[in-house]
Amino acid sequence: MAAAGGARLLSAASAVLGDPAGRWLHHAGSRAGASGLLRSRGPGRSAEASRPLSVLAGARSSSEDKVTVHFINCDGETLTTKGKVGDSLLDVVVENNLDIDGFGACEGTLTCSTCHLIFEDHIYEKLDAITDEENHMLDLAYGLTDHMPETVADARQSTDVGKTS
Amino acid sequence: MASRCWRWWGWSAWPRTRLPPAGSTPSFRHHFSTQEKTPQICVVGSGPAGFYTAQHLLKQHPQAHVDIYEKQPVPFGLVRFGVAPDHPEVKNVINTFTQTAHSGRCAFWGNVEVGRDVTVPELREAYHAVVLSYGAEDHRALEIPGEELPGVCSARAFVGWYNGLPENQELEPDLSCDTAVILGQGNVALDVARILLTPPEHLERTDITKAALGVLRQSRVKTVWLVGRRGPLQVAFTIKELREMIQLPGARPILDPVDFLGLQDKIKEVPRPRKRLTELLLRTATEKPGLEEAARQASASRAWGLRFFRSPQQVLPSPDGRRAAGVRLAVTRLEGVDEATRAVPTGDMEDLPCGLVLSSIGYKSRPVDPSVPFDSKLGVIPNVEGRVMDVPGLYCSGWVKRGPTGVIATTMTDSFLTGQMLLQDLKAGLLPSGPRPGYAAIQALLSSRGVRPVSFSEWEKLDAEEVARGQGTGKPREKLVDPQEMLRLLGH
Repeated sequence: MAAAGGARLLSAASAVLGDPAGRWLHHAGSRAGASGLLRSRGPGRSAEASRPLSVLAGARSSSEDKVTVHFINCDGETLTTKGKVGDSLLDVVVENNLDIDGFGACEGTLTCSTCHLIFEDHIYEKLDAITDEENHMLDLAYGLTDHMPETVADARQSTDVGKTS
Repeated sequence: MASRCWRWWGWSAWPRTRLPPAGSTPSFRHHFSTQEKTPQICVVGSGPAGFYTAQHLLKQHPQAHVDIYEKQPVPFGLVRFGVAPDHPEVKNVINTFTQTAHSGRCAFWGNVEVGRDVTVPELREAYHAVVLSYGAEDHRALEIPGEELPGVCSARAFVGWYNGLPENQELEPDLSCDTAVILGQGNVALDVARILLTPPEHLERTDITKAALGVLRQSRVKTVWLVGRRGPLQVAFTIKELREMIQLPGARPILDPVDFLGLQDKIKEVPRPRKRLTELLLRTATEKPGLEEAARQASASRAWGLRFFRSPQQVLPSPDGRRAAGVRLAVTRLEGVDEATRAVPTGDMEDLPCGLVLSSIGYKSRPVDPSVPFDSKLGVIPNVEGRVMDVPGLYCSGWVKRGPTGVIATTMTDSFLTGQMLLQDLKAGLLPSGPRPGYAAIQALLSSRGVRPVSFSEWEKLDAEEVARGQGTGKPREKLVDPQEMLRLLGH
């Protein structure tokens, strides 16, 4: 399950999805709500986290500067919505009232570890460097690992994740 | 794959409550072939465990009705009474609990003490299932001589005092001494130390009670020691709170490098959270601070320190015997490895003078009702995955189930697990069949006993009153601390 987090909304929605063969390196936890990932991001709202991503492949823009975002549930269901460039993924989920479980207990104030994001490697690399405060919260996360277990990877790879908008 | 996913999804949290409309059938959730179309479920306790259990049940079962009982007139348990006033973001979960309470299939009934106003057997008769989520309201006693002296109190009572818990408002802690000793090295100990040492003006815009703020302004406490029986590797606090302490304005840390000898090697293989925490302790204890930090420490008027390998044996009285004047500590050393590491006395003793002793060695649950099994040694209700042993239809979640440790997110996961077990049993036909009256039956009982519950919308009136009272002084709220006043405001 991909959920909102501190990553700024990308101007290319397709970057959030990968190709079906993309390697999902990041574990969102078998128990949402307390899982974490060594390489995941917490929902930071610190000044640092609000720096927009500067580099992204295939940047697109619309007249409203809105981007389509697809969130993929653990059972392969895709939730599609729109967000403004500069929003955080947490903002997008909340403002569109997406039916996603297990996120945002602290409402984006970097005081929990309930948001879980799964990014492909090349997207992950583009995120800002992880902060101490984010690491502190990850220390408390249930089931912290630095790679995704097979069971979770399976759930996604067999769905058609190649859609772009 | 789908079933594997459901298992995972079934555990997932739901901070943003999105209940399906009443009576609708969820699209991809499992369907219950229930004995009963509208299961009536009762939850005892309205802290995180109670609310997260309710949340899970309401989301996973489209018809279930959940009543949450709470002995205080106001909801939210330790989120309101335990979380420190200077940690307001941690209290954001109140918003998701509020959404749960607003569900048409959920009702909150405050001012009802289960075990006194209504018994567990009576609840079990009125509902299809009962979940006990009433947490841990006692503290573990030191069990040493002198514990009863004035000047000694539990950290729990101190926290309740500054957080407006009605039963702790008469505490009257004496902060006229210059040294306070906290026995215990967990997050509660750090909270207490931080509140004692934070410049009072920094607390002015928090929801700390007016009375406590007034006392803290007059405080003469300059040094706070946190004393632990074991060593740095066994501290129970976590890194965010430690970091906060290290950076506390006007206060400098006192750590003895000797306590940290050889630790750098020991932490190579330990799990990441322990490693990061210990590294921060190590750096703080052994590295020379940079110029700015050195200047800050030099000008600090207050101090806090960690004392390790010291086990409290006695609270020493003042010469006139009327109050605490120090703690006698046995010097310990460690035996055993990893989780089994124990402190054993070496024979040496040490006296630590102080005027205030706060015990922070853990919370403890109380048995609620003679009909409910209770393990007094462990301080929990005996259970298997949340099913109370030998009592079908009775469940537990949160601290009363697992013991009093963990953060809100831990309790959330735990509560969902209990909820899942309950729903499994419901589906398997293991819960009583036929309709049950639920609150209708309990209301009659309470009424006959002169108990008038506080509804959630009544809490919201009290909430609005607290917020209004706080506005004049720039506080998020000025808490009501007298239950009689609360009930009067509601016209009870």
